[in-house]
Amino acid sequence: MQKPVIATTSLAGCFGCHMSLLDIDERILELAELVEFDKSPFNDIKNFTRQCDIGLIEGGCCLDENVHVLEAFRKNCRILVAVGECAIMGGLPAMRNGIPIKECLDEAYLNGPTVRNTNEMKIMPNDDELPILLDRVYPCHEVVKIDFFLPGCPPNAELIWNALNALINNSEMDLPYEVFKYD
Amino acid sequence: MEQSVSSILDTYQRDPTQLMDILIDIQSEAGYISDQAIEQAALGLNISKADVEQTRSFYHFFSKKPRGKYSIYLNTSVVACMMGRDTVARTFEHETGIPFNSVTRDGLIGLFETSCIGMSDQEPAAIINDRIFPNLTPFRAKELIRDIKAGKTMDELIVEGFGDGQNSNKDIRAIINNNIRKIGPVLSPDYKPGKVIREILPKMTPGQVIDEVKNSNLRGRGGAGFPTGMKWELCRQTESSEKYIFCNADEGEPGTFKDRVILTERPKLLLEGMVIAAYATGASHGILYMRHEYKYLKKYLENLIQGAHKRKFLGKDIAGIKGFDFDIRIQLGAGSYVCGEESALIESAEGKRGEPRDRPPFPVEKGYLNQPTVVNNVETFCAAVKVLLNGGNWYRSFGTKDSTGTKVLSISGDCRNPGIYEVEWGFSVNDMCEMAGADDLQAVQVGGPSGSLIGPGDFDRILCYADLSTGGSLILFNHTRDLLQDVVLNFTSFFIDESCGSCSTCRIMPVLLRNKLNKILNARGMNSDIVDMVNWAKVLKASRCGLGQTAANPIVSSILNFKHLYDQRIRGGTHYDMGFDLNRAIQEAGTATGRFPLME
Amino acid sequence: MGKVSTFTIDGVKCMAGEGSYIVDAARQNNIYIPTLCDVQGVPPKGACRTCTVRVNGKLMTSCTSRVHDGMEIENNVPELNDLRKSIIEMLFVEGNHLCPTCEKSGNCELQALAYRYAITVPRYPFLFPRRNIDFTHPRIIKDHNRCILCKRCIRVIKDKDGKNIFAFLNRGFKTRIYVDPDLAENLTEELAQKAVDICPVGAIIKRGQGFETPIGRRKYDKHPIGSELEE
Repeated sequence: MQKPVIATTSLAGCFGCHMSLLDIDERILELAELVEFDKSPFNDIKNFTRQCDIGLIEGGCCLDENVHVLEAFRKNCRILVAVGECAIMGGLPAMRNGIPIKECLDEAYLNGPTVRNTNEMKIMPNDDELPILLDRVYPCHEVVKIDFFLPGCPPNAELIWNALNALINNSEMDLPYEVFKYD
Repeated sequence: MEQSVSSILDTYQRDPTQLMDILIDIQSEAGYISDQAIEQAALGLNISKADVEQTRSFYHFFSKKPRGKYSIYLNTSVVACMMGRDTVARTFEHETGIPFNSVTRDGLIGLFETSCIGMSDQEPAAIINDRIFPNLTPFRAKELIRDIKAGKTMDELIVEGFGDGQNSNKDIRAIINNNIRKIGPVLSPDYKPGKVIREILPKMTPGQVIDEVKNSNLRGRGGAGFPTGMKWELCRQTESSEKYIFCNADEGEPGTFKDRVILTERPKLLLEGMVIAAYATGASHGILYMRHEYKYLKKYLENLIQGAHKRKFLGKDIAGIKGFDFDIRIQLGAGSYVCGEESALIESAEGKRGEPRDRPPFPVEKGYLNQPTVVNNVETFCAAVKVLLNGGNWYRSFGTKDSTGTKVLSISGDCRNPGIYEVEWGFSVNDMCEMAGADDLQAVQVGGPSGSLIGPGDFDRILCYADLSTGGSLILFNHTRDLLQDVVLNFTSFFIDESCGSCSTCRIMPVLLRNKLNKILNARGMNSDIVDMVNWAKVLKASRCGLGQTAANPIVSSILNFKHLYDQRIRGGTHYDMGFDLNRAIQEAGTATGRFPLME
Repeated sequence: MGKVSTFTIDGVKCMAGEGSYIVDAARQNNIYIPTLCDVQGVPPKGACRTCTVRVNGKLMTSCTSRVHDGMEIENNVPELNDLRKSIIEMLFVEGNHLCPTCEKSGNCELQALAYRYAITVPRYPFLFPRRNIDFTHPRIIKDHNRCILCKRCIRVIKDKDGKNIFAFLNRGFKTRIYVDPDLAENLTEELAQKAVDICPVGAIIKRGQGFETPIGRRKYDKHPIGSELEE
């Protein structure tokens, strides 16, 4: 039997959710036996090489690039899981939601205390190579269909482990109270 | 202003329960309610600023910023929009050079929107400094702004003749027409005001009065249909030295205007009905709670109340009945639909936010100032007079077995004869449409936004409490109307604007539903969106009052009766779409950084 | 306490003092009805609607309705639980509830109810309103992003003359809590703490005070809200 293939990515996230997956400790060896990884920061595979079974998404969509990556995941993964607060509801980056972009950019590049006296040319980065900001941070399920959601900041390693096991074995997902948290 | 706030406070004996009147006077005198005025009022009434602010900020017609020497409130109701409100609005904006919800730089003119003002038979209409300007056209809007700019007074702005009947009375002088199309036994002018008070009450005990009203099977005409006799009896049975009779003249259901006409043409009938209720229940105080939009009737009604005192229909030992004392005062609202709910109305009359109360206890046990209180609709009091005059049996000879008597209907929209019609219960919607001169109808909104939107297949349904119950409004739509865009969206926005905000359900859900509806209207809807709306709306049933419980009715009843209109707007069927649009999402950043990347 | 009423909740026979509120009566019988806006011993307001139960087919809030003899109350049934769940979800999308940044996380009743109902994601789209954080008062910070408008602070916190310090401002979706600037200026340390404690979420926090209890030792870290009644 072919091993299930997993892909992971961090969109507008902090990699904390990826770190939390590593927090399953020695069971990482068990996981390595059970599955294969395709596109993921774990193995540094940049592009999908095949159709995957499970896509783990960390972070919400803050940039056009995030949207393109997320859409590629939807296309290449049978099941998509939003992992963590940012993927589910935008998380900390979404604190800017509701504030006009202009205000955010002015604060970041022109008026903020760290740039006020240094950016004398009043330069606003606008190179075409740079990804472009979205008007707000979007939870992943507002952009593509998401099949499962694992809350937490980051989600507890046990929760991720339980969920992965359930998805791999096609069994009921167990979300024990002690590890089902939003922080 | 300091001086006048102080004298306003004195006028109301520095009584915090009179906060509504105090704020209305401040607003009306200064054109706004300043922080300073709020502080002064708080100090004078010995309450906190928070207490003043919570009431002040609740009502549409109270403002912390000046609203212009001439404040124009243009109706945004469905019927107003159908009759050309938007072109009038654009003309106002063009002529003043300002958008709505703002004031010209010189402080002369303010443009504001407002919910239905009870003029659906003569829309589009606006309120300018408490006076009504119906039947507006772009030309008339232009003329009004030019006249205002030319320095004309309010009186000089009126170039039309005054309306029919009492609309031309020296105390009213309004351009409004009554549009009375059909009169029945209740509105029939064939009665001598005061006859019941003078000739009938002295011969009856309060118990007999209640029995007669019960015998008539008269039910509340505001829409809910609670048996009037039983309400009076419950109030009578509650022991208290102070009881109150409230007349609910806060007619705010869009499309309803019958109380406006009754207040204009049959006010004595109404006052007499309140006196009867007072006699039956043992109440000694009456309060006529009237919506702010009808402020133009206040002076007229106050003079009538004074006249009634002179003729001993009000005051002490009325009709020679020893110890039967009763007076009536007018309480104005300040722009809030939910205050039409009886417990919210009472809260408002106590100077508070118009938030409905949890019930029980019901007002008949603990109402105004925690005393037993009867709240009845304008029309209910009028019907009660005729019941006493001619007997319950006579009244029951009209209408159907369960729904006795008549109902005054407000009919508006796509018909030749909009206006009020007093008809017996038991006629069909078809009958009404025919009477109003309407054909080729696509839909009828029965009972306003909180009622239901029905199609021709249901036009043979009967107007009565058992089938189509209504507070009296019928809005007719012909085939040129876009029901979802023009009607359902407008009604849903109305509920959002008018929610008191107290229940989580009614505060949030209508906003979520409107977003969904907009998604469908913007051609981004999925089939599941329709299913979601129906399911989501169920949470509203857990709201405290009728506003919240019915806030999804426009959407749910249109899905029920006009599903095809939704289906037509759903493209792609089941394709997953949450409305995200990458091109639109990057516009803002593109503009901010001077980048306009071409999306593939 | 005078007479006793006998009634049932989900078919279980219960007894409580006549005229007690359903939610209190249930508690006396070790039955949990989820609440958010209710504060024991303070006149109820029925603002959040979370405690909605069904009696004779009619929905009513159990914090504002009183028990009487023979009442048959439905509480822990799928339809009502879904109703409550959907209310919690609505409250989450109405504001900006960033649990990871919130001082109240772990002790928050809104969050605890969401845990109890195992909400992974609200069924409704997030509204992301722009709301202010009001830090103009000397002892408290009012974070409107987290406020669920339960009116607890309005009902409980009064100054020494009984005047309202907190009040509702505006109406409908624009409703928010107004803090009386003068009275907040003179808020005592004790009253400020009471305001912080009474807030079910992290919308009223103490100035200059951050996270207090380590993760794992907070109120709802180990056991669901209401479980104390259900053991």
